[in-house]
Amino acid sequence: MNIYALVKRTFDTEEKISISNGAIAEDGAEFIINPYDEYAVEEAIQLRDEHGGEVTVLSIGNEDSEKQLRTALAMGADKAVLINIEDDIDDIDEYTSAKVIADYLKDKKADLILAGNVAIDGGSGQVGPRVAELLGINYVTTITKLTVDGTNVTVVRDVEGDSETIETSLPLLVTAQQGLNEPRYPSLPGIMKAKKKPLEEVEFDDLDLEEDDVEAKTETKEVFLPPAKSAGRVLEGEPADQAAELVKLLHSEAKVI
Amino acid sequence: MSKKMLVLGEVRDGELRNVSFETIAAAKKISGGGEVVAVLIGEQVQSLGEEMIHYGADRVVTVEHPHLKHYTPDGFGQAFMAVYEDESPEGIVFGHTAMGKDLSPKVASKLGAGLISDVTKIEGEGDDAEFVRPIYSGKAFEKVEIKEGLLFISIRPNNIEPLAHDASRSGDVASKSVEITNLRSIIKDVVRKSTEGVDLSEAKVIVAGGRGVKGPEGFEPLKELANLLGGAVGASRGACDADYCDYSLQIGQTGKVVTPDLYIAAGISGAIQHVAGMSNSKVIVAINKDPEANIFKIADYGIVGDLFEILPIMIEEVKKIKVN
Ligand SMILES: Cc1cc2nc3c(=O)[nH]c(=O)nc-3n(C[C@H](O)[C@H](O)[C@H](O)COP(=O)(O)OP(=O)(O)OC[C@H]3O[C@@H](n4cnc5c(N)ncnc54)[C@H](O)[C@@H]3O)c2cc1C
Ligand SMILES: Cc1cc2nc3c(=O)[nH]c(=O)nc-3n(C[C@H](O)[C@H](O)[C@H](O)COP(=O)(O)OP(=O)(O)OC[C@H]3O[C@@H](n4cnc5c(N)ncnc54)[C@H](O)[C@@H]3O)c2cc1C
Repeated sequence: MNIYALVKRTFDTEEKISISNGAIAEDGAEFIINPYDEYAVEEAIQLRDEHGGEVTVLSIGNEDSEKQLRTALAMGADKAVLINIEDDIDDIDEYTSAKVIADYLKDKKADLILAGNVAIDGGSGQVGPRVAELLGINYVTTITKLTVDGTNVTVVRDVEGDSETIETSLPLLVTAQQGLNEPRYPSLPGIMKAKKKPLEEVEFDDLDLEEDDVEAKTETKEVFLPPAKSAGRVLEGEPADQAAELVKLLHSEAKVI
Repeated sequence: MSKKMLVLGEVRDGELRNVSFETIAAAKKISGGGEVVAVLIGEQVQSLGEEMIHYGADRVVTVEHPHLKHYTPDGFGQAFMAVYEDESPEGIVFGHTAMGKDLSPKVASKLGAGLISDVTKIEGEGDDAEFVRPIYSGKAFEKVEIKEGLLFISIRPNNIEPLAHDASRSGDVASKSVEITNLRSIIKDVVRKSTEGVDLSEAKVIVAGGRGVKGPEGFEPLKELANLLGGAVGASRGACDADYCDYSLQIGQTGKVVTPDLYIAAGISGAIQHVAGMSNSKVIVAINKDPEANIFKIADYGIVGDLFEILPIMIEEVKKIKVN
């Protein structure tokens, strides 16, 4: 099977977040593979081990994203592609990202494309379905199980807590939900091997696209932190008094019960 | 300049989900006086059209077909696109629900359009409309606009107030027949785990438990309190993973994203992945033994203590209020 996994380098949102010059401050921040993309990479590797073939991990980003791609290679992916369009395209939104990914993939004859269901920083969840639509292939989002038999595919999908069993076929794009698998940690030999695995760099000129084709449709006007909450009120006294006081406050001050 | 808007209502168990009415309110705001047309898609949805009118839609178009019994992106995509082509709207509003998240990027991609997902607030109208959405797991927000063309957004449930129900409103409920063909996904089986009663994503009060509830029995006082308050029970992934409750109760990045008026977190530490699913709640209460627990950082009211001691007293106090 010819398998692609889409990997985004994301800000680790467990970190403290601050704003400078109208954007999220990235200095000194920790960057990771988007957690939902780790499930995608792990599933891709398991499928390759079972059915044979090759796993390519693909990311739009800049030289910093090499680190996350190497991590995916160390987990067991075979090759990596870094699409670096930063010098050519100023504004990138979901429309742009999907156009670029789909253009790169259009002649790659992928049997299966795996993505995360959502990026924990941007949070739109658009890129997977958009790419599938542009490629004219079917997709299933938020999957927790995937079985491939020839070109037949059975998928279990999480739908707000319900689960749907879906039958479909390759070629297919799926987006990973937590629960799909347990992503492995890269092993030391894996990390050594990853250094020698191919990592191809693609620039905007290498794609069949004009700048107008990918111009962002949306524009971020402002980024801000939630209004500082007045420090929460931690109640005091005997447990019974606290509980009674809490109910009173919820009733008469917050007026929510 | 006024805009003609199309909204997609959402049906579950033969009833309209609240988010359907919220999409109408959102569309009205964006439209600046333009027409709001609601679309309902399913096996049998015609009879629900009137309710959409009562909540402010000017007209309704339904698409019914046996192949639309279950949601699939191909089936619902074909149905929606057929209505889109008849109506040529200038804007579209979906709910940011499982269905909306799955379908909206497909439709946007088909139309070569931008899409702003998971909107919690709308400022301004028409071409000047700006949309606020949480980013970075809810730790920040961005204000986004569509540069040009179709104004397409999906809204987070329970954030945009529906318009008042007005049974005297009337409007046309038309049905459109669409050929639904070539579905590439076949739904073989649906296991419904969601509990009966209040839909978690629409609940006004949620009492959620974490690993601190210690076992399935530990959820009993939470259920009792939730029932008393007309709310629903939720959970952290910790509680689900430990088998204290079903995954359908899970709140957070992987689970349901909720915005109730009151969120009571009992025995939940407040991991970012949990907080991402509830930080927009209007009032947050934390009950936790550990004064250092993260959940206190976002709580409006906190009690450092044992939930098994605190909840029963709260239940009694709420009963007293109810009696008065
Ligand atoms: C180099 C760069 C420059 C950017 N510049 C801007 C800017 O100027 N203005 C602005 O508003 N935003 C900018 N962004 C952010 C960008 O708009 C979004 O990150 C992107 O469109 C994806 O949207 P999302 O984060 O909501 O991902 P989602 O749609 O939530 O992601 C879902 C899945 O799609 C796949 N995916 C998403 N993004 C990528 C990617 N980059 N590479 C590979 N797979 C991916 C992953 O599998 C992911 O799990 C930039 C991003 C990058 C990488
Ligand atoms: C990709 C990814 C996605 C995830 N998505 C989600 C998600 O959607 N939702 C989610 O919830 N988690 C999610 N998680 C998991 C998350 O990181 C945490 O592990 C989880 O939320 C912890 O659950 P908890 O707070 O119940 O457990 P713990 O962190 O163990 O906290 C239990 C708390 O209970 C308190 N406690 C114990 N006994 C009592 C008592 N008697 N009275 C009062 N307090 C008591 C303790 O002090 C402690 O703070 C995700 C993780 C990953 C990696």
